[in-house]
Amino acid sequence: MNLPQFLAGRLVKGILVLFAIALLNFFLIRAAPGDPAQVLAGEAGAADAQLLEQLRQRFGLNEPITTQLWLYLKGYMTFDLGFSYRQQQPVLTLVLDRLPATLLLTGAAFVISLGLGVVMGALAARRAGGWRDSIITALALVFYATPLFWIALMSQILFSLKLGLVPNVGYETIGANYTGLARMLDIGHHLILPALTLGLFFTALYARMMRASMLEVAGADFVKTARAKGLSPAIVSRRHVARNAILPVVTLAGLQAGQLVGGAVLTETVFAWPGIGRLMFDALVQRDYSVLLGVFFISSAMVVGFNILTDLIYRLADPRIEAA
Amino acid sequence: MTGTRLALALAASLTALCAAQAQAPKQGGTVHVVVQPEPPMLMQGLNQNGPTNMVAGNIYESLLRYDEKLQPQPSLAKSWEISADAKVYTFKLQEGVTWHDGKPFTADDVVFSLDKFLREVHPRWRPIANGQVDKIEKVDDLTVRITLKQPFGPLILSQEVAGAPMIPKHIYDGTDYRANPANNTPIGTGPFKLKEWKKGSYIHLVKNEAYWQKGKPHLDEVYWQIIPDAAARAVAYETGKIDVLTGGSVDVYDVARLSKLPNTCVTTKGWEMFAPHAWVTPNIAKGGPLASKQFRQGMMFAIDREFGKDVVWGGLGKLPTGPISSKTKFYSADVPKYGYDVAKAKELIKASGYKGEPIKLLALPYGEVWSRWAEAIKQNLTDAGVNVAIETTDVPGWTQKASNGDFDLTFNYLYQLGDPATGVARNYISTNIVKGNPFGNQGAYVNPEVDKLFADAAVAPTDAARQELYTKVQKLLADEVPVLWQLEMDFPTIYRCNVKNLVSSAIGVNDGFKDAWKE
Repeated sequence: MNLPQFLAGRLVKGILVLFAIALLNFFLIRAAPGDPAQVLAGEAGAADAQLLEQLRQRFGLNEPITTQLWLYLKGYMTFDLGFSYRQQQPVLTLVLDRLPATLLLTGAAFVISLGLGVVMGALAARRAGGWRDSIITALALVFYATPLFWIALMSQILFSLKLGLVPNVGYETIGANYTGLARMLDIGHHLILPALTLGLFFTALYARMMRASMLEVAGADFVKTARAKGLSPAIVSRRHVARNAILPVVTLAGLQAGQLVGGAVLTETVFAWPGIGRLMFDALVQRDYSVLLGVFFISSAMVVGFNILTDLIYRLADPRIEAA
Repeated sequence: MTGTRLALALAASLTALCAAQAQAPKQGGTVHVVVQPEPPMLMQGLNQNGPTNMVAGNIYESLLRYDEKLQPQPSLAKSWEISADAKVYTFKLQEGVTWHDGKPFTADDVVFSLDKFLREVHPRWRPIANGQVDKIEKVDDLTVRITLKQPFGPLILSQEVAGAPMIPKHIYDGTDYRANPANNTPIGTGPFKLKEWKKGSYIHLVKNEAYWQKGKPHLDEVYWQIIPDAAARAVAYETGKIDVLTGGSVDVYDVARLSKLPNTCVTTKGWEMFAPHAWVTPNIAKGGPLASKQFRQGMMFAIDREFGKDVVWGGLGKLPTGPISSKTKFYSADVPKYGYDVAKAKELIKASGYKGEPIKLLALPYGEVWSRWAEAIKQNLTDAGVNVAIETTDVPGWTQKASNGDFDLTFNYLYQLGDPATGVARNYISTNIVKGNPFGNQGAYVNPEVDKLFADAAVAPTDAARQELYTKVQKLLADEVPVLWQLEMDFPTIYRCNVKNLVSSAIGVNDGFKDAWKE
């Protein structure tokens, strides 16, 4: 199968999947108890039937469910993600507003965990069973097993409160009005804790996977051949072992990349990072259907997109895959 | 001798002068305040969510303010008169007030707000406007007259900013209020204007240079920061990012720790108007044991409310004796009392004919402390032989279940709004058993005598006459226990001591930072 054919096939499948997801999401969130009007009225501490009626009408909840579904699907087909009456803004604006912060956070965490994980795993595999291996494996286990929210809070107490090194919450210093480079540095300063916290778990996964995969490949015949022809251990390890061992890591990286948009709810919450994860979580507890559906849609589109990208990278890393 | 005395007196007066000068408000400065959760919008006429009120109280204003004794004070109304038959209220407006867009504020705006806008959309003003008010009219540009159908004492307490914010007629008249694009750029008469709202991060308010009270506000800027995690909010305060932790924004167990920090002040004032009252509602409409007065009284004796206050709520608050908070007008302590008495509880529960039917306690999903409270009460009730299981859900789930009577027991807490006619009666009168409203008479308690007492008390001509009726109804309800009163809640505001005059009225930070200044 050549590349255009492959891409076309995957795109068609992707669009079908997205349609199914959109449909499923619509019914799933309506299965949850409560509705946005009731939540809004409930929060105000006073409500009457007339208010609920006004709000329901505003939210379009008085229409029959089939009409609501049709309006929703029709909107999506024209790239209109709807309007949030709770926030009085189009969903697309809300999402695009939050997207940069999330991409920065998850992107940084992605780079940190992938880089650190692969290096740690490769180092550990070089001398399996040695002291370096023990330290790395132990660290990876700790990162893997510690709950994210605990690390998040403890790191705030240690690095922000006790040591005063980094700010504990927020995206930038509020009220400082930095511009240009100063602003970038300020954002970077705020990014350190959340990105590290978010990256730890995947660092552990990459390290463990890379180590196991390296050890497996290291026993293969072609590696023995490479060694026999007199290549230095460093070159064997880099060119022959690592390149072949990286495939499972690519799979995992594809999975993580798919979560770039939706996967940081907890981190964003604890560090008050103004990203999409929080937008989604708030929309969930407020039953702000249009926002929730919009975020769901964008995240699933990301997952589908990254799956296609992962498949492309496979073909680059291992040309044999093209034949299959 | 005389010289020395004179010198001493001079020195004393100088010191006094210095002290007085030190207390004169300093101009300028920025205050960072926590608001949580993020408000849905800041248009206070359309939304009275707790966080909305906190921020919007800086942007909007109402005719009156209230001191901590709930006495009315001038705000947009300079003065007011109540006719001898207590039916005609005449408000004289301040001169020279302008909206944030520069247009003058006049009697037309007041009439539009009270007679049209709020009557249409405001769930608290609507029943007053439709039930009590005969007409609202403009006398001249700076005078408004409200004529009532009958005397209605609570009217004078109904003009708090969240209850009756003034809305600009020139922006809203003739539009679809809820779809007006101006909802995103609120225009009020208040001391601060909305500069920027960075969703998910902060709301930035700046000084209204044209504010009608000369010399105010003292602060240049207020940032309302949105920090969703309570522990992170506490750390943000400790590291200096935040100056003010508004009531309820940190966990109860952090209050004691944070209060001990240097340069930290704590106040429980500024909640007199709301006087949040917490209770457990039994679903009487379901019948069975919950419909039995003896059973409900038994539960009252079974619950160690002192423990709830001291351990679960860290000692914050006060035990209530009945439906009306001791902080509110018309409170009476002359009621049957319930101490913690397991033996008596068992006796009453047995006498009620309870046979161990399972009872579900629907916890309030408002954070850890409410979960702990549910556990404590479950333990108390189990000790008295009641077969209780805790049921959990999220906020929309709770709202729906509580609104539709889909529970056995559930927590609730409600603002008392300064007057029993507006803040208390709604939970006990049979006309307020309405599906879809989580703040009505959810347990569906019905008692014609209670209905009548509340109805008469609302329109009784004098405070003395009202007090007599409210004393009666409190005695009656405390015996009937339509709900199990648990706590008069305190929500302490924690702030840096160099922020002065933060809380100066019965609605605390919700009244805006017009008087606040930073040393």
